[in-house]
Amino acid sequence: MSEASPVIEGKVYVVDDNIDTDQIIPAQYLNLVPTIPEEYRKLGSYAMIGLPSDFPAFVAEGSLQSDYVIVVAGRNFGCGSSREHAPIALGAAGIKAVVAESYARIFFRNCVATGEIYPVESTTRLCDVLHTGDEVSLDIGSGTMTVQKSGDIHTMKPVGDVGPVVAAGGIFPYARKAGMIKAL
Amino acid sequence: MSMTITEKILARASGRDHVKPGDNIWVNADILMTHDVCGPGTIGVFKREFGQDAKVWSKEGVVIIPDHYIFTKDVKAHRNIDILREFVKEQDLPYYYDPGTANYKGVCHIALPQEGHVRPGEVIFGTDSHTCTHGALGAFATGIGNTDAGFVMGTGKLLIKVPETLRFTLNGKLPKGVVAKDIILCAIGDIGVDGATYCAMEFDGDGIAHLTVEDRMTICNMAIEAGGKNGIIAADEVTMAYVRKRTNKPFTPLASDPGSAVKEARTYDLSKMVPCVAEPNLPDKYAVAADRADVKLTRAYIGSCTGGKISDFIMAAQIMNGRKVSIDTFLVPATQEVAEGLMSEHIDGKSLVEIFADAGCLDIAPPSCAACLGGPLDTFGRAQTDEVVISTTNRNFIGRMGSKQAQIYLASPYTCAASAVTGYITDPCQFL
Ligand code: SF4
Repeated sequence: MSEASPVIEGKVYVVDDNIDTDQIIPAQYLNLVPTIPEEYRKLGSYAMIGLPSDFPAFVAEGSLQSDYVIVVAGRNFGCGSSREHAPIALGAAGIKAVVAESYARIFFRNCVATGEIYPVESTTRLCDVLHTGDEVSLDIGSGTMTVQKSGDIHTMKPVGDVGPVVAAGGIFPYARKAGMIKAL
Repeated sequence: MSMTITEKILARASGRDHVKPGDNIWVNADILMTHDVCGPGTIGVFKREFGQDAKVWSKEGVVIIPDHYIFTKDVKAHRNIDILREFVKEQDLPYYYDPGTANYKGVCHIALPQEGHVRPGEVIFGTDSHTCTHGALGAFATGIGNTDAGFVMGTGKLLIKVPETLRFTLNGKLPKGVVAKDIILCAIGDIGVDGATYCAMEFDGDGIAHLTVEDRMTICNMAIEAGGKNGIIAADEVTMAYVRKRTNKPFTPLASDPGSAVKEARTYDLSKMVPCVAEPNLPDKYAVAADRADVKLTRAYIGSCTGGKISDFIMAAQIMNGRKVSIDTFLVPATQEVAEGLMSEHIDGKSLVEIFADAGCLDIAPPSCAACLGGPLDTFGRAQTDEVVISTTNRNFIGRMGSKQAQIYLASPYTCAASAVTGYITDPCQFL
């Protein structure tokens, strides 16, 4: 596994279209400041807590981390607010990538800027095919996701320019590496 | 080659003669705005990345307007405002509007133009998705996250992609009882909540001249509800009169070149529009208000950066004057200036405050975002259970106003006020 194109393995959590930032991290938790390490971890514990109550728990009660590593979604994932708390809450909970048909613009950008998660676009609608708890292996470099049990392979759109930025850990480390801003 | 207004502003701000959609360019920011929810995180990023002693790129460029969690007992919310205060002191920033002082304003998107920080032709980044509001004055304005904002704070620049434009040409005049909120809910209903993703939503046409700056703000405010990067309306005399009253800083307005290419163009005849609502749980669930007269409500809410301006309260008061509300009605002026307007504006010799009190509305809250986004549990107007709310705000997502069980209908101030009177979704025209 190379740093620039990791292979992400583990369980998926499946949602559908238009999952907005109020569902990813409800406003009552926005009093937490992501750059304070303890509050960063707290944000993780509240990730996806705004989903309707019939969804399975994303983070088990009393835990800070999710058992899942990839969120699979439909269209327009992350719509709504510009709160960076949203990708951060997912990242803090241990999510490494979201695989969605499409993204809301600010959420996508915040994923990349923070380097918290890979916002991967699927070429087909996977939220109707996969089930929460399915084990998969997502190869960022080759743009494929293999479902362990069935062996089905799903193709992703190339992550393109954003891959190296997420791999570097966000825009600041990336800009430093590329010499665009001074090293500290 | 001809360019749209968005392209022209971005070309100017990146020092180029020409840009086209898809170009990735470094643009210089004129204003970076932040508030109490994203300010502390932005400051955290700025210090982590540029050093504890770093200075912001421009003292005049950074505007900090706490507005989200002001009137709450939440300890962290207060800690966050203290972080802002300390930063402002350390950096010696002139534009900070401190809660608890005479300088407090309220909702950032209404305060920013009111205080003269929005100028035609300029570039505004804000750590809030409704920063797109400021396109109403002919600026390029868009919402960004804390990390990008930390970058802007240190460098004054941001790498952005030039968006394609969707052009909405608004012709004619709105009928009585139909207002800006109805226009934007109709447009979002047409294109969907992701219909403008990555795009600029530009509004032009002869109908613009009949819209006030506040009407235009309502329209541009909700561009993000269709996924738009920015909403924009070129400045005209109406804009100039508003801006000149509020700032004497120089600026250069820009407008789309005739015939500039866009991704998609739509034309609306404003005279055909009707009062509408967006049904739960998405802003694109357009429905004609009159067709939803069977929806029983438990609460009305008038406030926020979309529907808490003085013009919004004047509309509500026109309906409530001499009538009684039949459901709990929460009123939250966006800013201190709006709150003062509620006392100084009169209809039939009565102040708006008197009209609302006589109508049986709850006591008017002090200016802030309040329950527009739910907020801490003790927030004024927060939905706590299965309320059915009609609201002048901008989002009706599940849980947006607090409880996940609550249902939220978005509507204009006229429709909200008329519905508050009857307790059912109501076409306001019968009361006007
Ligand atoms: S009023 Fe509502 S939408 Fe506007 S800035 Fe405040 S929370 Fe956001």
